[in-house]
Amino acid sequence: MMLEMLWKLFEITIIIALLIPIAATLVWVERRMIGIWQDRCGPNRVGPFGVLQSLADLLKILGKEDWIPPFSDRLVFVLAPVIGAMCVLMSFAVVPFSPTIGVSDLNIGLLFFLAMASLAVYSVVLAGWASNSKYALLGGMRAAAQTVSYEVFMGLSVMGVVLLTGTFNLREIVLAQADGWLIQSQFIGFFIFLVAGIAESHRLPFDLPEAETELTAGFHTEYSGLKFALFFLGEYLGVTLISAMSVVLFFGGWLMPEPLASWLPPLLWFIIKIMFFVMFFILLRTSLPRPRFDQLLKFGWVVMLPLALVNLLVTAILRLTGVL
Amino acid sequence: MVIKVNVKASNDWQMLQPVPLLDEIVAISPKLKLQAVSAIENIVDDIPSFWLDKSQLTKLMQVLKHDLNQPFDMCFDITAIDESERQHQSSLTQDFTVSYHLRSYQRNQDIRIKVALSNSDKSLESVCGFWPNANWYEREVWDMFGIVFKNHPHLTRILMPNTWQGHPLLKTHPARATEMDPFTLPPDQQDKEQAALQFNPEAWGMKRQSKDSDFMFLNLGPNHPSVHGAFRIVLQMEGEEIVDCVPDIGYHHRGAEKMGERQSWHSYIPYTDRIDYLGGVMNNFPYVMAVEKLAGIAVPDRAKVIRIMTAEMFRILSHLLFYGTFAQDIGALSPIFYMFIDREKLFGIIEAFTGARMHPSWFRIGGVAQDLPKGWEGLVRDYVNYLPKRLDEYEKMVMQNSILKQRTVGIGAYSTQEAIDWGITGPGLRATGFSWDLRKQRPYGGYDQFDFEVPLGKNGDCYDRCRVRVEEMRQSIRIIEQCLNNMPEGPYKADHPQTTPPVKDRTMRDIDTLIPHFLNVSWGPVIPAGEVSMSVEATKGIMAYHLISDGSTMSYRTRIRTPSFPHLQMLPLISKGQMVADLIATLGSVDYVMADVDR
Repeated sequence: MMLEMLWKLFEITIIIALLIPIAATLVWVERRMIGIWQDRCGPNRVGPFGVLQSLADLLKILGKEDWIPPFSDRLVFVLAPVIGAMCVLMSFAVVPFSPTIGVSDLNIGLLFFLAMASLAVYSVVLAGWASNSKYALLGGMRAAAQTVSYEVFMGLSVMGVVLLTGTFNLREIVLAQADGWLIQSQFIGFFIFLVAGIAESHRLPFDLPEAETELTAGFHTEYSGLKFALFFLGEYLGVTLISAMSVVLFFGGWLMPEPLASWLPPLLWFIIKIMFFVMFFILLRTSLPRPRFDQLLKFGWVVMLPLALVNLLVTAILRLTGVL
Repeated sequence: MVIKVNVKASNDWQMLQPVPLLDEIVAISPKLKLQAVSAIENIVDDIPSFWLDKSQLTKLMQVLKHDLNQPFDMCFDITAIDESERQHQSSLTQDFTVSYHLRSYQRNQDIRIKVALSNSDKSLESVCGFWPNANWYEREVWDMFGIVFKNHPHLTRILMPNTWQGHPLLKTHPARATEMDPFTLPPDQQDKEQAALQFNPEAWGMKRQSKDSDFMFLNLGPNHPSVHGAFRIVLQMEGEEIVDCVPDIGYHHRGAEKMGERQSWHSYIPYTDRIDYLGGVMNNFPYVMAVEKLAGIAVPDRAKVIRIMTAEMFRILSHLLFYGTFAQDIGALSPIFYMFIDREKLFGIIEAFTGARMHPSWFRIGGVAQDLPKGWEGLVRDYVNYLPKRLDEYEKMVMQNSILKQRTVGIGAYSTQEAIDWGITGPGLRATGFSWDLRKQRPYGGYDQFDFEVPLGKNGDCYDRCRVRVEEMRQSIRIIEQCLNNMPEGPYKADHPQTTPPVKDRTMRDIDTLIPHFLNVSWGPVIPAGEVSMSVEATKGIMAYHLISDGSTMSYRTRIRTPSFPHLQMLPLISKGQMVADLIATLGSVDYVMADVDR
């Protein structure tokens, strides 16, 4: 019993210790990839290929003054970025990385993930409110509206998966895909999940809460130094999380069809699949403009929500009639 | 197919003679006493110019704006002149002259009205009621000269800070730092300056709350990623919707007009480069044309074609930057990087020609600074073949993107009539479907011999403003190609004693050339007394230099009429009811440069 708990603690430490550097490296990967896609170099000076750029950025950020605006609500101002990073990290607790690695086999794993994603909006709203600045307030307002509407059908989009596998446990969902990934039947569900996921992680084209050209930096306008870094970390962990969840729910997690499966260990396959989606996120950022706030909400309620409902209904009918 | 261009046959456009116009005006209102300008003023730009007693101003403006058949529907410029030190004065001149420059699009004719004011009564009626864009021009005249416009809706400083003492364009106002005490900013003064920047809604007749909600006043700028420079706009908002807004300019004011009064005619050329800092030699163009007109210098054919070619290159450079930043304002991050690569290539050519990149200051009075370098044809030919393909790619990437269309079609639209009322020129005017390009309507510098089209929009919205500029780039490429195929041989500068610097090779041989050379280089040329206003179709609209020479080595008054100034003034009209995101798209589509607004 004691040993088991210690092992779990060890596992948690390892996962966190790996996730945070991964998120940091992602910043570099993104900048390099965007650089390539935009016909320029990107950061290539620090270390081989600039790979140490994130470390240099981290050192710089650590050296910055920890400034809290005098007009802000101090406690909430400090708490907001912590909530954001924490919610995303908590979500990773239910992600099954491989047949043996994974912090918790919660039987409501999927619901836990959705709950954490909803809690994360507090971070943005509180940051916007506590900053006591108009740009931050507008950003927080946008974030609240956007997240609340998009998480409705994010939840609905994955219910098809639950219908087909009969479980909320993420590990069992992965195992249920041994004979075929769920993307085969749930492609609409996947599409909706991905769109909602981008919206949840505030990435272009859904980066309206920060919308640099409109709100300067939106909800984190007043943040600097380490607290700003926490938001940044939260964003990149969020990207990783949405990618990981897409893989777990629709692309068979660590599973690969033979003979591919025997080439690499399951954990690596899982990571490769995640990287694929992360790259997709980055490519989106380089290629699309940003819709307007009301257009985004309208798209959500008028297009995505009915689509999610229809998807759920059709899946249920097909399930009942025994097609799936 | 190679188009033949015969620059030798080119003629600058000439305005109609003034007499019939005067008859028309007097026929409508016989009491009006318009007096023709005297010979001593030597107005050389063919614009019918009249003196008017200030008591009759409103009456005349009523005739010009409303009663005339084919009225003067556009207020091109309003400015003033401090006459206190002028030698060549007409008998009607008093201490100040306010000069109204109006334009009729239907007649394709301009008119200049001069009103003399004395020091004891520096006031006259505002004409804001006739032309809404007169508002800012009159504020500027008040700011710079202290002339009061009665019944003006909001006569406050516009370019200078609210705390400024004195009126800078008065001849008595110091121009050099050495004429003033050293600058200091003690803490209490700093507090005062900052307090003066605080926005006061009541002063602008704005309410702080509506029936059921409080308004938010958002200070967008002077430092904001999307205001393209130091520009401040205060938004009165209900939620994210803009109820009203107040543009606040002047943060980029450098006193370019004042500097014109203490630089020689020649040494002022580099200052013009920095007016529309994306326009490069396009800025030199109206200035040198104005000086040439005053001095009666004819520009050789080769120089004409070189000027047109480089000016069109800068039009492409400016439009490419517009294209990229416009897409970026909508949220598309990549196009600007591709377009910077294209600009970089073109800057390479500019550099080969002039040795400089953004601000070559390369036109000279009477021509250009140097002949084209050896092998220039290859450089230009490569680029002419290269750019259209890239534009095709951008078409797919930007113009046909459905999100971008959703964000810009029908957003920030204004009609042709509104555009004319507010003095909009250039692509912003043509986007409404009104075909008026100075290069076509009033050809200058040889443009009449070139074959190109004037691209038009339809709806006058953000999308059309971008569309027009994209097509203009293709037309500019056409013009450049014609320059390339038809470059005349010959001198690149006029053989005239007042070209600066004078042609070198003869100075070594005869004393008659050596003396002017010596004087021109040490003092600068003496340009005959007179008055002239020359315009070009610049990158952003019509840019005009209104120069007054008093027969000395320096200009007596340099007035720069820039296109961006009225464009920004129109913002409150088009931004009402928009969301913040729309305003950003609108700002991007207007394509202004703050240096061009504030001078």
